[in-house]
Amino acid sequence: MKFIYQTWWKVITVIVIIYTLIAGLLLGVPAMPILHETIRNTYFHVPMWMAMFTVFTISVYYSIKYLQTGEEKYDLIAVESANTGIFFFVIGLVTGMLWARYTWGAFWSNDPKQNSAAIAFLLYCAYSVLRNSIDEEQKRAKISAIYNIFAFPIMIVLIMVLPRMTDSLHPGNGGNPAFGKLDLDNRMRIVLYPAFIAWSFMGVWIASVRYRIRLIENKKNQIN
Amino acid sequence: MLLLSFATAFAQQNQPVEMADALRGSGKIYVVVCTIVIVFIGLAIYLFSIDRRLKKIEKNN
Repeated sequence: MKFIYQTWWKVITVIVIIYTLIAGLLLGVPAMPILHETIRNTYFHVPMWMAMFTVFTISVYYSIKYLQTGEEKYDLIAVESANTGIFFFVIGLVTGMLWARYTWGAFWSNDPKQNSAAIAFLLYCAYSVLRNSIDEEQKRAKISAIYNIFAFPIMIVLIMVLPRMTDSLHPGNGGNPAFGKLDLDNRMRIVLYPAFIAWSFMGVWIASVRYRIRLIENKKNQIN
Repeated sequence: MLLLSFATAFAQQNQPVEMADALRGSGKIYVVVCTIVIVFIGLAIYLFSIDRRLKKIEKNN
């Protein structure tokens, strides 16, 4: 936990993201029909989801830890990670909709991937609503931690598993092998994987700042 | 007639996919890249400054 107060990894994160911005726009990409240059969206849209998965995973980890120990700070980490995850969720959905407008023809075409992502989004909105509707602190922490532990696997199934079992238009899903082993060549890998890691750390950074603010707010509330 | 339509269909398949290589080659795309990088650097500096301010508040607490 000490590392969230350090600066070096934040600097590396920013440098790597700047690299992916430049390389992602300038390096060569596979020429593919329909996609054309929008294939570069992979470098910027997919890392949003990776960052979201990372912070949601941290959130669940600390929810479990809270239930084990009952220490309030773990609850604060869990809630701020989830809040950051919801932010990346929105960015991921909006960038996906924009891309869908120009490749599938509509912002929202009720594609299985889009629909289940929307359901998963509501799932985490419900987490936020549930949390804010309980006044008593320990009860709130406990109930929202349990809810979070249930919401996480359902979110994974909704986003990663179910769309792959039906005919989704989204690359990498049912009967649509784009960005599979065949299409994602090494030119894309050297940008995409650093982008995944760097944006995940970006998410951790934002979540940690939010957690530190929450910690101070919490301390102030206790004095009063 | 049918054969002719097949021939055109195959001809279309063989055409290279149109990419915006010319636009990048002409140098204009670098403007966009620079804009995005500046925006991101700005946001990063902003985030660093929030981090620093938070550190000060944490010290006072």
